[in-house]
Amino acid sequence: MESERLFHLFDRLEQSYIGEAIRNSIWMFPVIEATHLIGLAILGGSILVGDLRLLGLLLSSKPIQYVIRQTTFLLKLGLIVLVSTGIPLFLSEAIKCYYSRAFWIKMSALMLGLIFLFFIRNPICLSAEEESRKFKIIGSISISLWAIVAGSGRWIGFS
Amino acid sequence: MLEIAIWLSETEWSIALHESLYLYPWIESAHVLSICFFIGTLIFVDLRLMGAVFNKLPISEMNTRVLPWSIFGFGLMTITGLLLFYAIPVRSYQNIFFRFKIFLILLSGLNAFLFHRQMSLEGKKWDEGQNIPKTVHLKAAASLILWSGVIVSGRMIAYNWFDCDRQPQPEWVNWAAGCIMELSLTGDF
Repeated sequence: MESERLFHLFDRLEQSYIGEAIRNSIWMFPVIEATHLIGLAILGGSILVGDLRLLGLLLSSKPIQYVIRQTTFLLKLGLIVLVSTGIPLFLSEAIKCYYSRAFWIKMSALMLGLIFLFFIRNPICLSAEEESRKFKIIGSISISLWAIVAGSGRWIGFS
Repeated sequence: MLEIAIWLSETEWSIALHESLYLYPWIESAHVLSICFFIGTLIFVDLRLMGAVFNKLPISEMNTRVLPWSIFGFGLMTITGLLLFYAIPVRSYQNIFFRFKIFLILLSGLNAFLFHRQMSLEGKKWDEGQNIPKTVHLKAAASLILWSGVIVSGRMIAYNWFDCDRQPQPEWVNWAAGCIMELSLTGDF
């Protein structure tokens, strides 16, 4: 019952004006997809610089707070680019996404990744003073979650 | 060059890679994810040169601490990219987007070379707090624009709009893609 409702919702989203327009155009999907990849570079780079710092692998002589602060603006910019291109991409093939395991894995990891980022990683990293092992754990969790988001995202296209 | 591509396409490993169910998608995913390592970290190096992030850090420190990750990412991209080419050599070689991408990569390489030459000459002065020259800002901006162009044209390789086996095309398209018309008209390609 629930999944039937969900299917109808996805069906209606696929029939939406934007979804229709993208499907009827030769170039719109490729151009939005390419912009999505540029968003990936911005977000992925910001996450990596922060997480590699947490793991002690990059700029390890500089305070964690400083590195996280310097990456936050680009991180949000990357997110905005990714979400604002990701939604139209989804609308253009909502039914395919409904049946795609990669899509559901990506969405689950994305939700976890966002919650972890804004409610755990950043608050802890911006408040804590001293170095400790917990930062390495936070960095590993963050990097793994976002790798799943990006990897399963690529896999939607293969299914 | 075309002969080399044809020869590559007939080797055993190229066919195996091309026909593999999982290996090819995995390599392609690794190629895409490497963008984060390579271009994602390079964005920070370039924006530092433009004075937008990490302004407390000397430029030399960005180059010794962050740039190695970009180079690591570039290595991953090159290895996976060569494998992707090896899997589909002829079609890639005659793909207009692939050719444009290679052209942009060469331009980026030249830009990077010019930047590093300039840095080895005057880099010390930048660390001592002197104003970063406009020419450095320009090279950093060029790097960001060129690599974005590489991402976009790389993504477009997937589309066959201008492939040699789709005729008729404007003459300049066939020229740019290196299509040999007698061959493609016979339908062998």
